[in-house]
Amino acid sequence: MSSSAAGRLGTIAFCLLFFGFLFGPLVIMVLTAFNSSPFPRVVPWDCFTTDWFGKLAGDAKLLTGLGNSLFIGAGVVLLATPIGLAAALALSEVGPRLRGALYTIFISPILMPGIVIGISTLMFWGRLGSGLGFGFDSVFFNGFFLTILGQVCFISAYSMLIFIARLQRFDHTLTEAALDMGATPAQAFRKILLPFLRPAIFSSAVLAFLASLENYNTTVFSIVAESTFTTELASKVRLGIDPSISAVAVVIIALTLFGAIVHEAWQRRAAALAQGGATAARILNNPVNAFIRHPATVAAILVAVIGGAIYLGSRHNSDVCVQSILDAKRAEQERLQQEMRERMQQQRQDAPTAPGGSAAPSTPFGGVFAPGGLGGGDAAPAPAPAAPPSAPSTPFGGVFTPDSLPKPVDAE
Amino acid sequence: MTKTITLDHVSIRFGQYLAVDDAHLEIAGGEFFSFLGPSGCGKTTLLRCVSGFIQPTEGRVLIGGDDMKGVGPNKRPTALIFQNLALFPLMSVAENIAFPLEVRGISKAKRRKRAEELLELIALPGTADKKVTELSGGQRQRVAIARALAVEPDILLLDEPLSALDLKLRQHMRTELREIQKRVGLTFIYITHDQGEALTMSDRVAVMSKGVIEQVADPVTLYDRPKTSFVASFVGETNAIPVSVTARAGDRVSAEGAGGLSLHGVAAGGRQYKAGDACLVFVRPEQMRPARPGDNEIAAKVVGDEFEGNLRHLMLETSAGLRLRMSLVNDGSPPPIGPDGSILVGFPAENGLVLPDGPLAKG
Repeated sequence: MSSSAAGRLGTIAFCLLFFGFLFGPLVIMVLTAFNSSPFPRVVPWDCFTTDWFGKLAGDAKLLTGLGNSLFIGAGVVLLATPIGLAAALALSEVGPRLRGALYTIFISPILMPGIVIGISTLMFWGRLGSGLGFGFDSVFFNGFFLTILGQVCFISAYSMLIFIARLQRFDHTLTEAALDMGATPAQAFRKILLPFLRPAIFSSAVLAFLASLENYNTTVFSIVAESTFTTELASKVRLGIDPSISAVAVVIIALTLFGAIVHEAWQRRAAALAQGGATAARILNNPVNAFIRHPATVAAILVAVIGGAIYLGSRHNSDVCVQSILDAKRAEQERLQQEMRERMQQQRQDAPTAPGGSAAPSTPFGGVFAPGGLGGGDAAPAPAPAAPPSAPSTPFGGVFTPDSLPKPVDAE
Repeated sequence: MTKTITLDHVSIRFGQYLAVDDAHLEIAGGEFFSFLGPSGCGKTTLLRCVSGFIQPTEGRVLIGGDDMKGVGPNKRPTALIFQNLALFPLMSVAENIAFPLEVRGISKAKRRKRAEELLELIALPGTADKKVTELSGGQRQRVAIARALAVEPDILLLDEPLSALDLKLRQHMRTELREIQKRVGLTFIYITHDQGEALTMSDRVAVMSKGVIEQVADPVTLYDRPKTSFVASFVGETNAIPVSVTARAGDRVSAEGAGGLSLHGVAAGGRQYKAGDACLVFVRPEQMRPARPGDNEIAAKVVGDEFEGNLRHLMLETSAGLRLRMSLVNDGSPPPIGPDGSILVGFPAENGLVLPDGPLAKG
C-alpha cells in the first residue's frame, strides 16, 4: 500500500521534473518577452510590456531573413519531396542486396555533420561555376541556390524515410490489379499509389519545411552574402540579446500551438466520421456541435483570440510604468551617490584624527580602495561641518565603509 | 464472346527453380476450368503467366489463337481476381467497380451507370457509395468479381478467391460463382488447393504437383479414375496399400501385400504391369465394407472410431501395421466388430485401383 503510494508519488515527481525540463525554458522565454527589462529576465519583474513585439516587427533585417527562410523552405519542399519519393520507390523495387547498399548511400547525408555539407556545397558549386567560367554573380555563388541544394541533400533523406515507412504498408497487388484492369503504369501510379501516399507526402512536406526553417549549420555556410532567419538570429545573439528574441519565441510557439490545435480538431473529426455510427451521427445531426467541432470554426476562434491579443497588446502602453521604474532607478542612484558623498566627507573628517600614516597600512590594500583615497586624502580640507565620528550615518552603521576598518586600531 | 486459351508447352523458371514444367493444354471458351494442387505446385505462377505478369521461359500462351508474347497485363482480354481481392481501399464500391472504365477514359455518368448495373448483377444494389471496408467478406468478394467483369474480359482468372472466407460463406459462394459464370458465359480459370471447390464448380480440373500437370479431367473421372498415385491421394480420401504384382489378366491385376494380403484390382488407364512390379492399390474409405463373398478380404483391428451422424469412420490396423480408413453409412445396425475389436473388411476387385508406386499427397 505505502510502497505503491510511494511509487505513484515518485512517478508524479518524475513527470513534473520531466515536463519542467521540457517546458521550463519555454515558459521563462515567454515571460521574458513581456518584461520591460532590457535584458531578457523574469526577476526582478519591471513592467508588463508589449514593446518587444513592436521592436521585433520593426526589425527589417530579421524580417528579410524570415522572408528568405520561407522562400528557401518552399524550394526545399518542392525538391526534397519528389527526390525522397523517388528514392523510396527505388528502394522498394530493387533486390535485397542492392537495397542495403542504396539505403546506406541515401541515408549518409543525415549522418554527415551539417557544417560539412554546408562547406562542401559551397566548395563544389563554386569550383564548378568558376571551372565553367561563370562569375561571382552567377547562380553558382547565389546563396538561395546553394542553400536550397545543400539542405535538400539531407532533408530529402528524411522525406525518403517517411515514404519508406508508408510504402511498407502498401499492398503491391493493388498496382497489379490496376494494371490487370487495363491501367497503364502511369495511371496505376497516379490513381492508386499516389492517393495512398498522400498522408506521407503531407508529413514529408511539413517536416522538410520545418527542417529547412530551423537549419543553421549548413545554411550559415551556403547562404553566402544573404541571410536567413536563423543566421540573422545568431548574429543578433552574438551582438548581445534583448527580449525581442523572446518575442520571436512567443510568435513561433503561438503559431505552433495554433497549427497543432487546428490539426487535432481536424483529426478528431475525421476519426469520428471514419468510425461512423453513433459517434459520427452525434457530430453531424446536431448543427451546433457540427459547427463548433469543425476545424474551420476552431481556426476562426483561434484567429480571433490571437487577433484580440495583438490588438490589446498594441494598445497597451507601458511608458508610464517604465518611466516610474526609470525614476525609481534614478532616485536610487542619486541616493547612492548622496551616500557616497556623505561617506567621503566623513572620511575627510576622520582622517586628521587618525595617527598619521599608521592607520593606512592596517588595511590589506593599503587604503587604495577607500573612497577617501580618491579625493586626495588627508590633504583636502573638510568643506562641511563634521558629524561626530561615533554617529552612524548609514543604515549599516558604517560597518561596510572601508573607513571604518582603521577604527579598531584606534580602539586598541 | 469467349476465347479459347492454349498453353503450348509452357515452362516457367525462376533461376534454377522450375516452377511450371511443360504445361500443355487447351481450355475451351465458356469453360469453368480449375487448377488444383497443394501450395507451391506452380498453379498461381501459371495463372500469373496467363494474365501477363510473368513471361513463360519456354512455350507460348495463346488467347483466342493470338500469341500473348510481349502483351502486357493491361492489354490482355483477361481479368484477374486476386487472392486478397486487391480492392482499392481509398475508393468507394462504385469507384472500385468503375476503375477499369475510368482508365479507359469513359465518362463519369456512363461509369456510374455501368457500376450500378454490375451491382445489380452481383445482387448488391444500393451499396455504390459505401466504402469497401464497410462491406462483409462475401460482399467484397462479389465487388471484386463485379470489378473484374467491368473490364468485359473474355477470360476471368480467379486466384483462390474464397480462401479468406469462413466455411459457410465459402460453400455459398461456390454456388454463386458457378451461377455468375453461367449467367455471363465467360471462361473462368479457377485456382484452388481445395479439392471440394474444384470438384463442385468445375467443368474440368487440372491437378498439379511440383510444377507438373498430373491429370486433366472432369471431376467424376478425376475421382473415380485417377491416373497417378498423386491424383488418387490428393483428390478425395483414399487408402493406399503397397503391393507387388503377382499376375495380370487383361486389366485385372493380382497382387500381394505385407502380412499375406492377397488383393485383386483394376489396372488404371489400361496400364501394363508385370509380375514383381511395386504398385499401390487405392481404395476409397466409402467403398470399403464388411467383407462379402468374392471381396478382397483384409483382417484388421479397430483402433479408432469417429461417429459423424450419417457416417461412421473406423480406423483400422492390420497385423502388418497397415493403417486403413473405412466409412460406413449409418443404417442403424452396428458394424460387425468382434469382442476383441477385430473385423474382417473387404472391397470388390473393381474398386481396387492399381497404380504404379509414386509420390503421395501429404496429409
